[in-house]
Amino acid sequence: MRQRVLPGFGLSLGYALAYLGLIVLLPMAALAWKATGIGLGGMLHLLSAPRTLAALRLSVGGALVAALVNVVIGLLVGWVLVRYRFPGRRLFDALVDLPFALPTAVAGIALPTLYAPNGWLGRWLEPLGIKVAYTPLGVLVAMVFVGFPFVVRTLQPVLASLERDVEEAAQSLGARRWQTFFRVILPMLAPTLLTGFSLALARAVGEYGSVIFIAGNIPMHSEIAPLLIVQKLEQFDYAGAAALGVALLLLSFALLIVVALLQRWSSRWAEASR
Amino acid sequence: MTLELAHLHRRFAGFGALDDVSLSIAPGEFLALLGPSGSGKTTLLRILAGLDYPDSGSVHRDGEDFLATPARERRIGMVFQHYALFRHLTVVENIAFGLRVRPWRTRPSRAKIHEQVDRLLARVQLEGLGGRYPAQLSGGQRQRVALARALAVEPDMLLLDEPFGALDAQVRVTLRRWLRELHEELQLTTVFVTHDQEEALELADRVAVMNQGRIEQVGPPEQIYQQPATPFVCEFIGKVNRVELRRTGVGLAAGGWMPEGDEPWQGRYAKATAYIRPEQLSLVVPPTLPAWEARLRHVYLAGSVAHLDLYVPSLDQTLEADVASEDLSRLGLQAGRELRIAPRSAVLFPHDGSGATVDRERWIWLEPDRVHA
Repeated sequence: MRQRVLPGFGLSLGYALAYLGLIVLLPMAALAWKATGIGLGGMLHLLSAPRTLAALRLSVGGALVAALVNVVIGLLVGWVLVRYRFPGRRLFDALVDLPFALPTAVAGIALPTLYAPNGWLGRWLEPLGIKVAYTPLGVLVAMVFVGFPFVVRTLQPVLASLERDVEEAAQSLGARRWQTFFRVILPMLAPTLLTGFSLALARAVGEYGSVIFIAGNIPMHSEIAPLLIVQKLEQFDYAGAAALGVALLLLSFALLIVVALLQRWSSRWAEASR
Repeated sequence: MTLELAHLHRRFAGFGALDDVSLSIAPGEFLALLGPSGSGKTTLLRILAGLDYPDSGSVHRDGEDFLATPARERRIGMVFQHYALFRHLTVVENIAFGLRVRPWRTRPSRAKIHEQVDRLLARVQLEGLGGRYPAQLSGGQRQRVALARALAVEPDMLLLDEPFGALDAQVRVTLRRWLRELHEELQLTTVFVTHDQEEALELADRVAVMNQGRIEQVGPPEQIYQQPATPFVCEFIGKVNRVELRRTGVGLAAGGWMPEGDEPWQGRYAKATAYIRPEQLSLVVPPTLPAWEARLRHVYLAGSVAHLDLYVPSLDQTLEADVASEDLSRLGLQAGRELRIAPRSAVLFPHDGSGATVDRERWIWLEPDRVHA
């Protein structure tokens, strides 16, 4: 029989599954059960309301765009931090974690200070016709902020292990720099970038604290789904809040499955060796 | 296509990787850059590949400035020490890479590329493995994919960095022979870097021995082996015994033996070092001739050859000798036996006043012809 690293396959698998069930699935089930409280008709009525739809669209759409932005910026920042040596690199590296460490409400207060029409940045953007605070763009900025570390941190170890000779090989075979990037580096990073993408996405979909201040929460315009849920809770409409939660959950789950499939496809070369 | 390298210098932070290296590479030749790690051999190869640049010096190809040509236009095929395969691409896609990245005007058609890749797969004996990813191949197979990928762009010159370094001994020998045959077939100028002297001597038409950023000697393998230009080459290539000679009344001598014949230095140097190959020691010297009295300490049988440890009291030194295994019983060689031994040939380098050897003053000494007992 093959030796495994962890002893007791049955025990460790059973424990892992039980733990997963307890921590993840049980609360979900409770949420779904709670949501049935308003009945199917009530649920459909709630979810087809224009205000609900707009909020869901902003939360999910915004999170998608934010995750995409984070993939691009995260790749750039990760690359610079791994490949280049410059004074203050470690400090810069530590700063990446700040959105992790900061209580979301603190970020929520900081962002309007910057982007409000009379804020540090807002006063320069306002004359250009760019309104950030209290618009969907503000929501996006907050979502980018909170999701940023995920891409950088997932990418860094992979970038560090990327052998330089592979790039040199591409170069000596006649590839231009952009060809080396798009044909060699990017495909090798794709599975990792997708991991970072899904983490950033998941974080942004459910983000509340850092978004609500800068969003302004104007219904049909800059109101996010988690805020609607909180409002329902404040009105003691637990079933309605749960129904919204389920809708948000299902949407996120569907997106994460799509990303996981993409990831599997992009890492077929690594799978093949197993 | 002749490549002329002149006065190349390259310094990295703290140490000089290349120190005034000049070399000419003839069309179609198989050249080995041989040296210990840190000798600058890989730096030299990377400069040829366009992956590194010298601080000063020049490289010309048929009169044109080779250094001004970007790496991707140099028409070289490079094989990296750790293969550097694209692990996200299949074997076929790896080999086709160099053709697919060409600008569309010079890019062959899909069918042409396909045909070319098939031909290369056959050449490197990997038919049927085209759909695999590098992770699914053995070390030797990966090496051949790397070679096929480099050949696909139809280079003028093949550069190999420690091509067999990461392979086990048996695969290494097979691949070595195979590479030699490939070279004979394609007549492609090939430069390879190695720290393995056996590999260099076996494969190359010419060997450049490098040490501390300098080329110590360039020449055909026999010349490198039999007429080493410097003490470093003596010691780096093969096994060698080192004996210090002192000037006595009759000439340079050590422990009862002296090289007979006309010494080229005519008494100029007080000391010299003699380098003697293990297979160049006569083990049964008649008492009439000068020799070292030695005791046979150990016999190490290594297949067809036996290595002997011989202790010479007059030198207070253990010398090593190699004999054919079948001679062991013929000569009655067993541990403990007393022998009279003397070199058949040696390379001597004199010492200057400070005790360092003078490389340029070299005496390749051969035993005078005489009828042997």
